[in-house]
Amino acid sequence: MTPWVEFVVAALIVIGTVFALVGSIGLVKLPDVMTRLHSPTKATTLGVGALLVASIISFYHWKGKLAINELLITLFLFLTAPVAAQFLARAYLHLHCDSAGDLPATNRPCQWSTFQCACPPDAEDGSAAKP
Amino acid sequence: MIAIVIPIGFAGLSLALLLNMIRLVRGPTAVDRILAADTMVINTIALIILYGISQKTTAYFESALLFAMFGFTSTVAYCRFLIRGDIIE
Amino acid sequence: MTKPSEIASPKLPFRQRWIPHPSLTGVMILLWVAMANNFSPGGWLLGTCLGLAIPLLTQSIWDTTPKIASYGNVLIYALVVLWDVLVANIEVAWLILFESPRDLRPQWITVPLDLRSREGIAVLAGTVTLTPGTVSCDLSADGRSMLVHCLDARDIEEIIRRIKTRYEARLLRIFR
Repeated sequence: MTPWVEFVVAALIVIGTVFALVGSIGLVKLPDVMTRLHSPTKATTLGVGALLVASIISFYHWKGKLAINELLITLFLFLTAPVAAQFLARAYLHLHCDSAGDLPATNRPCQWSTFQCACPPDAEDGSAAKP
Repeated sequence: MIAIVIPIGFAGLSLALLLNMIRLVRGPTAVDRILAADTMVINTIALIILYGISQKTTAYFESALLFAMFGFTSTVAYCRFLIRGDIIE
Repeated sequence: MTKPSEIASPKLPFRQRWIPHPSLTGVMILLWVAMANNFSPGGWLLGTCLGLAIPLLTQSIWDTTPKIASYGNVLIYALVVLWDVLVANIEVAWLILFESPRDLRPQWITVPLDLRSREGIAVLAGTVTLTPGTVSCDLSADGRSMLVHCLDARDIEEIIRRIKTRYEARLLRIFR
């Protein structure tokens, strides 16, 4: 393997590991549940993405085959990590938050959808987007 | 150079898994524990990919994909159970 | 005079009956070929069979089709989000490693939305969560406000302005 490609692959592996480690350090270090939600969902996704790019480059160099299917894991993680984060945030809101005190106002005639299911349609335009 | 970096990668990811387990045991709320389990799954995906690089084979890619899918589905199932009491209505 | 049977089940044209979601079919063919890593004619044929069969069999869950105004804007948006993900993650990593947890100022923010389509709001919520510093948590019950949790909010107005001009303005051009 030529030195340039080896350097790039090694750098990507180190970057990926560092980001995964930073995400997990944030999980231990941060004080509150909601702040803890930020670090793993973003940093570890980026870390896995970097490792996957390293994998694609190294296999292209060793076997001559461009393994595009590794990019699909990154695509899957980018699509599903926000959904998982939103579910966790909703679980926290449902269990530990009271709609009156802790959260800001919606500036609309109804509450956040964790606390109130449906809202009567607006007078100005008839269709309300479903939550 | 890769032969030096791969053990560093393994050590870093194992340390990350250990930190997740600390949060899993310590976390005061249930949401903390679900988050720790989800992060452990993602770190395991990284570990499998790194192992595939170290063994110079693409055979482990499918297991990483399966881990990703199951990890996401189990996180969503736990959260739905906490919110609704029922997973599939 | 129309018979009752004609009113009840109108006969759809051929394309709409057998390929009800052509974009979904195209995406599935590409995804199958990429995942199996099999670019031979056999792989494309299997991808085409799956791309035709799956939307037909799962027709009942795809009730609406979002109208996408232009696919060029989709590509631009994807590149903008990717750039933000790469650059801003470094900043949050710095924040986690080198700042004390006491100095953080987490905030809940309400973002008023102009998007009306479900898919547009879903993409906006996903983008807000992917860009570090913000996590989208909830929607108001009528879908016009979004609850966002911010990790270290020095300036709330700036964050709302960034979400609206950088992401929502671009999404309004994509989703009508």
